[in-house]
Amino acid sequence: MTEISAADVAVPVVLRVNGDEYRITAQPRRTLADALRDDCGLTGTHLGCEHGVCGACTVLLDGEPVRSCLLFAVQSQGAEIRTVEGLAGDDGTLHPLQEAFWRHHGLQCGFCTPGFLMLSAGVLETRPDIGDDELREALSSNLCRCTGYQTIVEAVRSVRDAGEA
Amino acid sequence: MSWVGRSIRRVEDPALLCGAGTFVGDIGGAASARFVRSPVASGLVRAVRGPAYTIADLDADEVGNIEAVLHRPDYVRLAQPLLARERVRYVGEPVAVVVGATAAEAEDLAEQVELDIEPLPAAVGLEAALAPGAPLVHPSESESNVMVAGEMATPGLAEALEGAHAIVELEITSGRQAALPLEARGSHAVTERFGGRTTLHASIQAPHMIRTVICDLLGMPEADLRVVAPDVGGAFGQKLPLAREDAVVVWLSRRLGRPVAWIEDRSENLMASWHSREQRYRLRAGFDASAHLEALQADVAANVGAWPCYPITWGVEPLMALAELPGPYTLEHYGVRSRGVASHTCPMSPYRGVSRPVITLALERLMDIAAARLGVDPVEIRRRNLQSDFPHTSPTGLRHDEGTYREAMEQAVSHVDLGAFRARQHAARAAGGPQPGIGICTFSERTGYGTPAFAARAMGVTPGYENVELSMDPSGYVTLRIGASPHGQGLETALSQIVADEVGTDPGRVRVVASDTDRTPYGWGSFASRAMVLAGGATYLAAQKLASQLGSLAAEVLEAAADDIVLADGRATVAGTSVGVEVAELARIAHHHTQRLPAGATPGLSAQAGYDPAGTFSNACHVAEVDVDPDTGGVSMRRFVVVEDAGRLINPMIADGQIRGGVAQGIANALLEEVVYDDDGNILTTSLMDYLPPTVAEIPDIEILHLETVSDATVTGAKGLGEGGTIGAPAAVLNAVNDALAHLGVELNEMPATPERVRAAVRAAAGRSPAGENDRSTQEAPVR
Repeated sequence: MTEISAADVAVPVVLRVNGDEYRITAQPRRTLADALRDDCGLTGTHLGCEHGVCGACTVLLDGEPVRSCLLFAVQSQGAEIRTVEGLAGDDGTLHPLQEAFWRHHGLQCGFCTPGFLMLSAGVLETRPDIGDDELREALSSNLCRCTGYQTIVEAVRSVRDAGEA
Repeated sequence: MSWVGRSIRRVEDPALLCGAGTFVGDIGGAASARFVRSPVASGLVRAVRGPAYTIADLDADEVGNIEAVLHRPDYVRLAQPLLARERVRYVGEPVAVVVGATAAEAEDLAEQVELDIEPLPAAVGLEAALAPGAPLVHPSESESNVMVAGEMATPGLAEALEGAHAIVELEITSGRQAALPLEARGSHAVTERFGGRTTLHASIQAPHMIRTVICDLLGMPEADLRVVAPDVGGAFGQKLPLAREDAVVVWLSRRLGRPVAWIEDRSENLMASWHSREQRYRLRAGFDASAHLEALQADVAANVGAWPCYPITWGVEPLMALAELPGPYTLEHYGVRSRGVASHTCPMSPYRGVSRPVITLALERLMDIAAARLGVDPVEIRRRNLQSDFPHTSPTGLRHDEGTYREAMEQAVSHVDLGAFRARQHAARAAGGPQPGIGICTFSERTGYGTPAFAARAMGVTPGYENVELSMDPSGYVTLRIGASPHGQGLETALSQIVADEVGTDPGRVRVVASDTDRTPYGWGSFASRAMVLAGGATYLAAQKLASQLGSLAAEVLEAAADDIVLADGRATVAGTSVGVEVAELARIAHHHTQRLPAGATPGLSAQAGYDPAGTFSNACHVAEVDVDPDTGGVSMRRFVVVEDAGRLINPMIADGQIRGGVAQGIANALLEEVVYDDDGNILTTSLMDYLPPTVAEIPDIEILHLETVSDATVTGAKGLGEGGTIGAPAAVLNAVNDALAHLGVELNEMPATPERVRAAVRAAAGRSPAGENDRSTQEAPVR
């Protein structure tokens, strides 16, 4: 019989995501990504590697882009979490970054897209005047296998240039 | 105004942008399957202990074996069980499967499973598997590890080589690579409690074909299995073959009577999904005094891993190399032996470009080396050897339709301004430090081929055609159902543009249904740069039929001749007049007032069409500029230019996206990505810290110019281009790296050109010749 350790026992966790409160129970070992996807039903946050390299699971935690696969849900209590589901307006109006990715063909299969959108939102909100080289460096945090990146960079630059983020 | 040729935004995007796509891992509501995989490369399975299902359970249910067949005398035929039976043949091979309520619980259960495996010696990699006395991967079925071997020679080859002015010999090797879709594989099966019908959602490229093979394995009628490819997060060939795991998931859901899902993690994907491109080419080429390539003899070997892939088999890499090695050149004499060699490594599947990235690397290195040996400019040697009379028939019988091989190269060279580059390079030679290099690559990309081409492969099943069904509903909207299965390419958007033009409507009034066996006609899916040609061609033909129906109906309503009806902007009008009727009104009549239809007409508005062409060739020229640091071996990309001719572009934005993404993968194949095993067959690259896909930091902006040669090879004029970026980029990059270090006498013919390999090549050159000139290869015969 497997021993039950404290790490196996689910505990109550309250997550604030996109302004809504989610009261869930989660094992302490449960990652924020799994909690968002499986407990909150927010499956827009994707898992591409689960070891912190690909960035598909990027969300904003108090405004900072983080890998939600490297955080535990219990660590994220009390923080303002933002995911891709919170980008568009309540009336369905796309966020300027979503519009720009669409216009510039910054996505193909779309699996990395939520991570790139949240990364870009976090970067532009904190550094609206970020230079081209620094922006490229910031975007090198995440992986895309389809686009070759050029159109992603063009999309984010266009939002920066318009001062829209 | 035509919709075809316009870069309209993709209809696929809004859901994906909002995180509202449905990938297989998003479905939920299922128990989790976790596979227990072999920790050794070769061994005998003595026992499996713990809460797991094994091959014994599959056998008890009379589940069949996978038989990936080529009907060739030189092909070793195997029956592959869905879980290892008695013997394991690569690290990561599935031996058992557990089911838990959650993924975490399934992982905990898997850890309780004990595999008692007696290790055996393993043959890891090409050389080890070909060595005399090598451990055999399938000792009961074959006396060697050569599982498929093709051989051919044109008459007069030996004489042509004997009489050649110069012989150039060359060995090219490619490391093992992974397609690495960002979404790993996965499947999710639900079996209805009453009736027993199962629905499988899986991250795959060919749902109809996968339904057929799973039903064959499980002994089910196909009507009882619905296969859906929901949003698929990249595939690149890795999701074309049957995944053993997907079939097991269907079996589990039927056996347990509960929904079961398997979501592959990245480590499994790198270790136990499919690998590609571990190949070696030995070329012996004869040139005349004018640098014409007259004769080519090749020996090709591919490490195809431990099992064939269904249905393409492990013949796909070696036999494509055999057939397509002559490339875009007007070569007359050709001989080749090409072998698929099994080893105790992960099985091979097609990966974007299949063999052509390595074929092209071999040919394009050959051209550059020959140019240097014969004192001809690299552009000039290609100019003299590229095809220019069409149709051109290759020594292996491939018919090349009209292309722009020379024109694409001339345009690319003029665009990059070679003169200015050489001046900069000259200055850098004197200054030391990182050295600029430029590399050219010209190639053909065989695309859009149907049944005849696949029939020549003699596979157990013969893919080829695509079917579509098109209908207009009473509101005047059009629904297109396709057998192809797009996964990020933007096919829905492009097809809607074709329909809109033919039916005189707006792409916004076209809905495309794909990737669901319950809702689409049988088709082969999306792979081999075929969907735009095949599904696009069938769509075009069906749309013409629908337009004809609308024309007849409009003629009846407007009391005009059908030939005079013009469909445009949602109206059917009599040519040269303002007399017309809304298409939407015609749609109402066709469904709701059928008494107004011409006598004998079928109620409703629908058409179907199939398309099954012989195939076509796209072509392109790639030019890469790099900086290479001879002291560190580091290579950085400075510039990349593509001149592409894929015939008529349906949506240029989408075409450019395919090219850019392909080039990025090709650059990474050339410089970064390699699956590494140790000598015992332990895989060392099971995370993205070890296997290195590129980030934006490694990929430059890619400049694209288009030529649009419309040949008669396809009904739409469109050729395929999904793989070209990946086919051309490795050779362009390797030629550029060699050009950067040419003054040091470096010759590097191995990809990926990692810093370690670049440094080794620099050291080898220094050891060969301190002056570093002219002695370009230790293997070359002298110029005669």
